[in-house]
Amino acid sequence: MTAVVVKSVFILLVVVGALAPVITWIERKQSAVMQDRIGANRADIAGITILGLLHPLADVFKLLSKEDVVPTGANRFMHLLSPVLTAVPAIIAFAVIPFGGVYVFGESRISLVVADLDWGLLYIFAIGSIAAYGTVLAGWSSNSNWAILGSLRASAQMISYEVTLGLSVVGVFMVFETLRLTDMALAQDATFPVLTNVTALFGLSIPDWLAVVSLPRWGIFLQPLGFVMFLAAIMAENRRAPFDLPEGESEIIAGYHIEYSGMRFGLFYMSEFIEVVVIAGIMTTVFLGGWSVPYLSQATIIGGVGSVFGSGFATGFCLLVHFATFMLKLLFMIWLQMAIRWTLPRFRYDQVMDLCWKVLLPLSIANIFVTGLVLLVLGERT
Amino acid sequence: MTAPLVFFYVFAFLALLGAAGTVANVRNPVAAAMSLVVTMVALAGVYVLLEAHLVAVFQIMVYAGAIVVLFLFVVMLLDLRSDDLRPTRQRLLRILALPVVALLASVLWRLRADSTPPPPLPEGFGGYRALGLALYGDYVLLVELASLLLLAAIVGAMILAQRKAD
Repeated sequence: MTAVVVKSVFILLVVVGALAPVITWIERKQSAVMQDRIGANRADIAGITILGLLHPLADVFKLLSKEDVVPTGANRFMHLLSPVLTAVPAIIAFAVIPFGGVYVFGESRISLVVADLDWGLLYIFAIGSIAAYGTVLAGWSSNSNWAILGSLRASAQMISYEVTLGLSVVGVFMVFETLRLTDMALAQDATFPVLTNVTALFGLSIPDWLAVVSLPRWGIFLQPLGFVMFLAAIMAENRRAPFDLPEGESEIIAGYHIEYSGMRFGLFYMSEFIEVVVIAGIMTTVFLGGWSVPYLSQATIIGGVGSVFGSGFATGFCLLVHFATFMLKLLFMIWLQMAIRWTLPRFRYDQVMDLCWKVLLPLSIANIFVTGLVLLVLGERT
Repeated sequence: MTAPLVFFYVFAFLALLGAAGTVANVRNPVAAAMSLVVTMVALAGVYVLLEAHLVAVFQIMVYAGAIVVLFLFVVMLLDLRSDDLRPTRQRLLRILALPVVALLASVLWRLRADSTPPPPLPEGFGGYRALGLALYGDYVLLVELASLLLLAAIVGAMILAQRKAD
């Protein structure tokens, strides 16, 4: 019980409280780099700017000191509720993401996940489908035509991409034979002989010196198409550029959150960035091996360090290494989302829908079919 | 009271509250739909307490996450005023309510007498493995027939929409 509380507090303080503001800084700096500007560097305390890292603090003070406006004719209860309905699902999705494996210190057993659910990935999808309400109600309750158009676009986009989102990871379920995220990360803490498997598909064999070539058994290597499709679908769920159709400066202005001000607008803004972290966490766990260090499995690390310093120290060392690896991969996935967001021009709305229903959906079904065939031919090998 | 029992009463209360809200907000479709969401999510909580985890997840994903969002979508597109939703056919509904209440009462009366403890759950009950094996093993023909029905419904909807567009 206490362990769950400690882990929840950690997620709230570190991931939501510290990482999300830092991401706004990363985003500003990234956009500045992409657009050949200097970027956020003006906010200062007594002349000290720390590379613009004080801007998130300035944001918070600005948002908190603004007036909280509820527009005339709005449904007050729903208007006040919908920012909360947007932020809460984003935060509680962290509960099933493993920040590390399971570590045994003598009697006690430490696992770095809040809720180790057997249906962890489905939990995230369920939470994600609830998140649509915040968007829909924000637009409806504002009593504004722009807001309602924005939330109509957002809800249609989110419902459509939910289908692709689920189907694009079915291949991963089939390969790892689990939906539990901790098991999925554990299964990726290994390597597989890539050339042997590929040639075995065509009934050929290869010389022994080539057979030792191996790749980490990560989702991205086993399901490369799944990785691309899942990334596209989940970024569309988060409605950031190039999928930011619910907003449009030239047509519907800020879309569903146009009538919000102060910290309530801040909650929409924050939950977008928290979702970036959640997406990075899911992508890392499902496709990038989670906490695992490539080519060095948990047993190897503990065995190697333990032979010199003793197993207790080795286990603690392993925990720190795995946590650091996870955070590194997490930051990489956050950076990748920023890079995509500031590189690609935005789609037209019909293109977004075409991409979902006419490209990603058939491809993800084909991916499931091909994965089944390959698994059937290779048997239990991968 | 044990923790599961406390959770059961919380979820059951929320489910009933949501159901009552759905009926009470007959003039305000958005509020009614949101009350329905409360009922759906609370029912999912009850399913979790019954160890039916997969049913709980699908309850949220399909009913709360997709179907009611579509309700809201349509309601927002229609932009209904409360005058458009004057109650109709209430007498028929009132007459129909009587046999439903009688049925519910008889079920509750039977359950009251039944105090035998439930049999122990089989291994892996309510998980995706057990459900998947059941669906694609024992009941594969029914699953295929149901999917054929859904396919026919999709094709039918598309043909109707096409005719409107022409």
